[in-house]
Amino acid sequence: MSIVQQLIEKLQKGDAKSVAELTRQAIDQNMGPKKILDDGLLAGMAVVGEKFKKHEIFLPHVLLAARAMYAGLDLLKPLLAKDGIPVIGKVVLGTVQGDLHDIGKNLVGIMLKGAGYEVIDLGKDVPPERFLDAAQESGATIVGMSALLTTTMPVMKQVIDLAKERDMFGTLKFLVGGAPLSVDYAREIGADAYCFDGVNAVECVKSFTVER
Amino acid sequence: MRPSVRFLDQNLIEQIIAEARDLLCTLGVQISNPGVLSLLGDHGARIDQAEQRAFFTPEIIDKSLASAPRAFKLYDTKGNEAVDFSGENVNFTPGSTAINILDHGESSVRRPGTADYVRYAKLITAMEHVASQSTAMVAADVHERISDSYRLYLSLLYCDKPVITGAFTASAFEIMKNLQLAVRGSEDELAAKPLTVFSACPTSPLKWCDVTSQNLVDCANHMIPVEYVAMPLTGFMAPVTLVGSLVQHTAETLSGIAISQLTRPGAPALYGGSPAVFDVRYETTPMGAVGTMMMDCAYSEIGKHLGFPTQAYIGLSDAKLLDAQAGFETSMGATLAGLAGINNVAGPGMLDFESCFSLEKLVLDNDICGMVRRMVRGIEPKEDFPSLPRFNELLAEGHLLISDHTMKYLHDEVYFPGPVIDRANRSRWQEEGSTTLGDRAHAEVERLIDEWEGTGLGDEIKSEMTDMMATEAKKFGMDKLPELL
Repeated sequence: MSIVQQLIEKLQKGDAKSVAELTRQAIDQNMGPKKILDDGLLAGMAVVGEKFKKHEIFLPHVLLAARAMYAGLDLLKPLLAKDGIPVIGKVVLGTVQGDLHDIGKNLVGIMLKGAGYEVIDLGKDVPPERFLDAAQESGATIVGMSALLTTTMPVMKQVIDLAKERDMFGTLKFLVGGAPLSVDYAREIGADAYCFDGVNAVECVKSFTVER
Repeated sequence: MRPSVRFLDQNLIEQIIAEARDLLCTLGVQISNPGVLSLLGDHGARIDQAEQRAFFTPEIIDKSLASAPRAFKLYDTKGNEAVDFSGENVNFTPGSTAINILDHGESSVRRPGTADYVRYAKLITAMEHVASQSTAMVAADVHERISDSYRLYLSLLYCDKPVITGAFTASAFEIMKNLQLAVRGSEDELAAKPLTVFSACPTSPLKWCDVTSQNLVDCANHMIPVEYVAMPLTGFMAPVTLVGSLVQHTAETLSGIAISQLTRPGAPALYGGSPAVFDVRYETTPMGAVGTMMMDCAYSEIGKHLGFPTQAYIGLSDAKLLDAQAGFETSMGATLAGLAGINNVAGPGMLDFESCFSLEKLVLDNDICGMVRRMVRGIEPKEDFPSLPRFNELLAEGHLLISDHTMKYLHDEVYFPGPVIDRANRSRWQEEGSTTLGDRAHAEVERLIDEWEGTGLGDEIKSEMTDMMATEAKKFGMDKLPELL
């Protein structure tokens, strides 16, 4: 079994120690960091994601696999940076101003990290300008906002309107989620997607992430 | 602590039993079987031959109760232990002997055939929370005189699980026993590892017909377990009160126990039944009525008081379709049965006063059974004390999704149902096709039948059984058996 195949297998089992060892071996054998990342770590996470979607495995197993992936990714990051290869993508995440319900947002953050994304989690009760400032500072191209209350939902539109004012609207993708939201509402406020759960959020982010 | 429910206190149980004993000794039981009357007479019962009535004695009842086993097990076709009828163990089995089948998406029913039975047997193989199979349907494409043995034959061919069954005639017992001997290899092995339970029904009030009483004798002689299925109907063939009907149920069941135990002391049996409140509006016997369920739980308490493992037809519905009524009646019955500790709970898959089987309902009911099995395990601490370390971890990590404690106890603590039960949020449900429960159940039925991988029974045994069945069919004018798919 090749190293990348072993990586995929150990990653699915959430075996962080083996994933780190195999990543080190692959680096020592001069396998390119992008190949190790794409064919090994991300390929393994893709399998995990599919199994989760089919209910063959549950959320904890996805997170254990993600933890294992990071054990390998931490070794690859310096090499990827050296080669000028960006790490998958960055997402700014937060619960909008006036809303303190962040369980769903946290779950989305966990899932995105699990899929290899860098997540800038702004927490809860986040004012509109903070979302845009964070995106600007980090270079993130995706902004995810959550709200549980119908009274705080309008803040999402304020963020998008502010992006338009700041001339950032075209460069950012806005994802929204939360129990009272809908596809129609997302469309109405100018968001790019409505995400109904963590898996769906990862799929949306993937679809918006520019090919590296 | 195991959660439980009780409907009778000790005094009432003892009073019901005392009244039932008095009925048996004073009024007696009509038994249309000379051999059984003779057996009872040999043990001191007064026999009125003209009325075919046996008047029991306290000694007969006491002796029978003393020799009956307190527990027994069933074994699958490969000889592995599959069902433990003891203590408060709750085991589920499908309802039995439906004459109709409801197809997915249809509102009318039809007679099931061999192909339907084979699909059922394959499906029941995959039902994790249903411990045994029952001979759930009567195939209409064979002669009615072999329809009892034929369903056992198909069950043994296509599923390894032990079988809850029964004979429609006295003569059918022979081939039904021989099919089991083909699987086990010898009488001793069959007695040591029972493969089936035969249902035997007295006729209310206080009667045993020739066939069912003979079934009791035949089963006892071969140590094949039976379940007594007394069926008093409140306000019709029994007193309208639940207590009055329980007295009758107890008397009828005690009479069956006596026939079995006098035939062969130690013969294994379940203290069962199928009483019902009689619905005087529709002239029907609702299995989903709350009074029916209460009687089931109550006679199980009486049976356990007498030391028996118990059985009931509960956890089924009178609905005609797989609708909300089907769900709530089944769930209510299964939940009560679980809390009552009924050892053999017969019901999954069944609709319409136990006359109609639905494969889609069976897969739904499998999850109901799974939930009940989880419920009766109760709430117990699992490395929960002291709790401080766990909460320190929660605050430090922000979640406990991958905590060692979570990974160790997740599946033990939480019952995760199959895809039939909708747990998605509305958006995801819409994305996955906005399916109804019936749609999802049907997809699961087809998937599981497709994934069936055969049984552990050897080809030689299967051929032997097929030869036996073909010979039996010829006796009733069938040149060949229906083709098996």
